[in-house]
Amino acid sequence: MAQSLPEPTVAALARGLAAGRYSAVELTRACLARVEAAQPQLNAFITITAEAALAAAAAADAARAAGRAGPLTGVPIAHKDIFCTSDVRTTCGSKMLANFVSPYDATIVSKLAAAGTVNLGKLNMDEFAMGSSNETSHFGPVRNPWDTARVPGGSSGGSAAAVAARIAPAATATDTGGSIRQPAALCGVTGIKPTYGRVSRYGMIAFASSLDQAGLITVSAEDAALLLGAMAGFDPRDSTSVDSPVPDYAAALDAPLAGLRIGLVREFFEKGLDAECEARIREAIAVYEKLGARVQEVSCPNLPLSVPTYYVVAPAECSSNLARFDGVRFGHRCESPRNLTDLYSRSRGEGFGAEVKRRIMTGTYVLSAGYYDAYYLKAQRVRQLISADFARAFESVDLLLGPTSPTTAFEIGAKVDDPITMYLNDIYTIGANLAGLPGMSIPVGFAGGLPVGLQLIGPHFSEARMLNAAHRYQLETDWHLRAPAAFA
Amino acid sequence: MQWETVIGLEIHAQLATRSKIFSSSATAYGAAPNTQANLVDLGYPGVLPVLNGEAVRMAVRFGLSIGARIARHSVFARKNYFYPDLPKGYQISQYELPIVAEGALEIVLDDGTRKRVGITRAHLEEDAGKSLHEGLPGVSGIDLNRAGTPLIEIVSEPDMRSAQEAVAYMKKVHTLVRYLGICDGNMQEGSFRCDANVSVRPKGQEKFGTRAEIKNLNSFRFVEKAINYEVERQIELIESGGKVVQETRLYDPDKGETRSMRSKEEANDYRYFPDPDLLPVVIDDSYIETVRSQLPELPDEKAARFVRDYGLSEYDAGVLTASREFGAFYEDVVQRVGKEPKLCANWVMGDLAAFLNKDNLEIGASKVDAAALAGLVTRIVDATISGKIAKDVFEAMWESGESADAIIEQKGLRQITDTSAIERAIEDVMAKNPGQLADYRSGKDKLFGFFVGQVMKATGGKANPAQLNELLKKKLAG
Repeated sequence: MAQSLPEPTVAALARGLAAGRYSAVELTRACLARVEAAQPQLNAFITITAEAALAAAAAADAARAAGRAGPLTGVPIAHKDIFCTSDVRTTCGSKMLANFVSPYDATIVSKLAAAGTVNLGKLNMDEFAMGSSNETSHFGPVRNPWDTARVPGGSSGGSAAAVAARIAPAATATDTGGSIRQPAALCGVTGIKPTYGRVSRYGMIAFASSLDQAGLITVSAEDAALLLGAMAGFDPRDSTSVDSPVPDYAAALDAPLAGLRIGLVREFFEKGLDAECEARIREAIAVYEKLGARVQEVSCPNLPLSVPTYYVVAPAECSSNLARFDGVRFGHRCESPRNLTDLYSRSRGEGFGAEVKRRIMTGTYVLSAGYYDAYYLKAQRVRQLISADFARAFESVDLLLGPTSPTTAFEIGAKVDDPITMYLNDIYTIGANLAGLPGMSIPVGFAGGLPVGLQLIGPHFSEARMLNAAHRYQLETDWHLRAPAAFA
Repeated sequence: MQWETVIGLEIHAQLATRSKIFSSSATAYGAAPNTQANLVDLGYPGVLPVLNGEAVRMAVRFGLSIGARIARHSVFARKNYFYPDLPKGYQISQYELPIVAEGALEIVLDDGTRKRVGITRAHLEEDAGKSLHEGLPGVSGIDLNRAGTPLIEIVSEPDMRSAQEAVAYMKKVHTLVRYLGICDGNMQEGSFRCDANVSVRPKGQEKFGTRAEIKNLNSFRFVEKAINYEVERQIELIESGGKVVQETRLYDPDKGETRSMRSKEEANDYRYFPDPDLLPVVIDDSYIETVRSQLPELPDEKAARFVRDYGLSEYDAGVLTASREFGAFYEDVVQRVGKEPKLCANWVMGDLAAFLNKDNLEIGASKVDAAALAGLVTRIVDATISGKIAKDVFEAMWESGESADAIIEQKGLRQITDTSAIERAIEDVMAKNPGQLADYRSGKDKLFGFFVGQVMKATGGKANPAQLNELLKKKLAG
């Protein structure tokens, strides 16, 4: 493995850049060397943009020399390949878009570039963000840096693996049902899915519009706070983004936790949770108690319905969102179509993978005449109940803590033929998406040598409090600073 | 058997916003293909729709003008189907919760009776693009300039009972949307078009017959012809033992017939569901009141005022208020003349309308403007010229663009009102026609007209008709 980065975190690298201990170009070169070296083992990247990264780094150094540097100027990051970038292809992990170059940049891509960050490339992911193991990618699976025989989780598997292997200091990611938090947990890194509407979705290729939210995978909560501040905010091009000021997340990190009311969702601990994982979660909760938090049990009785609810709502929206990939204007087009129907069916048949097709078909079914009420409408009602459960819980607690994933990383191929078992990976994370709540996952130790993640869920727009709670835990522990030996 | 026709219309009116309903592209008609389609209109990956507030305001204007309920909460839904001119694979429309519901319009039937036509709903939606086939051998072109143009779809109750009623209703809506300034009403360019749902049932039967939907009718004449054809087709079919099937039909204006496009079984399942990219449209009372306060005088109100203030018949008032511009032209003439509103109406509806029609001009492009026409009518009112001469003057005004007074002077058309001059002409005619004079005096009253004609001829038509009548009667009596 190439030489390690001078510091593990964005915060430390930003200080190093500011102090002139290394230039952005030097740092970017170091990252690119690690990216290239790790690529055969991890397959974390779909596209590496070395040249553009070095140019951006040179521009960052020039800005710093001119006295125009911001807190993130020159910090290398990488984007999940779901965010449109105009300089390089955006594939969404699919054959459908294998050669698609977007004519525009996603809002968050522009915002992070404007903040001076340097983009190393586009990260691997499950096809159209549909998957929990990164095995549905057209560009091959991503491997978990802690054990390359295992999955990194998904759909933001490339983001989590790259940050865990310390090849990119931070990465953007998206979360529709757990796609940030679950891979963060499985790779031993920090992941944050903000409140629905906190970050613009413009330029993020839609999977399920009412659930999708852009976020981050980082080494630390502090890094997440720094980057989220640059990413978040109202976007006039996204009607569902919320027009409220973005707090100074970094400034709120150090607040003491004394009196923090923590709720443990009873339903999260009832069944299916691996015992050793549960032990790590309980130990983390003990740390919070030591920090002055008051812990109580709460119940969200409808939460166990979140997986079936999600697998109606998300496919319904995806079946419609993915209709635009028809071989007419962009994306994969079949050879010599005989007629319009042939163009559609072969272009889509060839361009989409099995999991994407499964969800399009499920979604088409649940929206069909005669089934809409029984599935889609009923799922929307259950969604309301789940939101109400959370709202009730937040009357008595400030944050909910629990597991992110029922198990640690599983072996590649172990669940590919069993979609239902695969779907159950997201049993703890989906609820926050259905209710639009912010969630995080932070590393809290290991089970069988593999990382375990603790999930934090807060009320709408409580990112500052959540990041504060995660940061205080990370001041007490060093789990987030552990890196896999093979990539040290 | 006596049959009754039942018709409901779905009218699509393009809203006259400058930009599209969910993107900033221009909506102007006639641009080169795909030059007015941005990434949102093209349905690119990652793009999102943002609602144009002006389209909402226009829909509310329409709703208020038909006395409808304006939904405080309405929702955009996706109508899913694949077609090359539908870039996203779904059309954003409104389904369960439209912005306008439960309104009505009143139409006047041929016999003068009034009929209320219910409007079930009016909802906002985006138009699709166009497929182009002409001049593209072997391929189909797609022009997405129209994709995303805002439409309001106005759905009537099945309240109409004949093609004539349907046309009257469609014209009423056409007038209204132009009054409101929310649609240019240009039917050739497709800005205003309709689908007609047509069924027949035995007279007296309450249950509706099976309906056929005739798609995309873009002229009043086609609506009338297509409905009449379809009614006849359905009656013949039933009377010969067949059954009407629920289907979508197309009208072929060249052949003057409708033909099947797709049956109910072949119809798309549109899988409507609320569009998660758009928030519900929430409208409060103060917004509605603001829009209400900005409404112009509506056609029915204006017609009632014309009857009341100008003493016009309901029919005339209806004709004069058929468009906002026409009504404004008429009122301009009346105000300038200052009296005789009925005479003014006759001129606007008569000669002016005929000449406009002849030259295929809109009133805004009239060769005789309101001031010029008022000048002419004033000369009739003050007896400078007769109404008959005025027709010639009008024609000359139309051709030359000169004022009435200039033409009267040039051509010496001033009416003769000098009693002695008229008397001289009468005496002359009497002297030249002794036989007729004798016959008249022996009781052939009908010859009076002969003498009027001769005197008019002698005076070049300029004798004041009233004076002539009076003097002639006296002279002939001896």
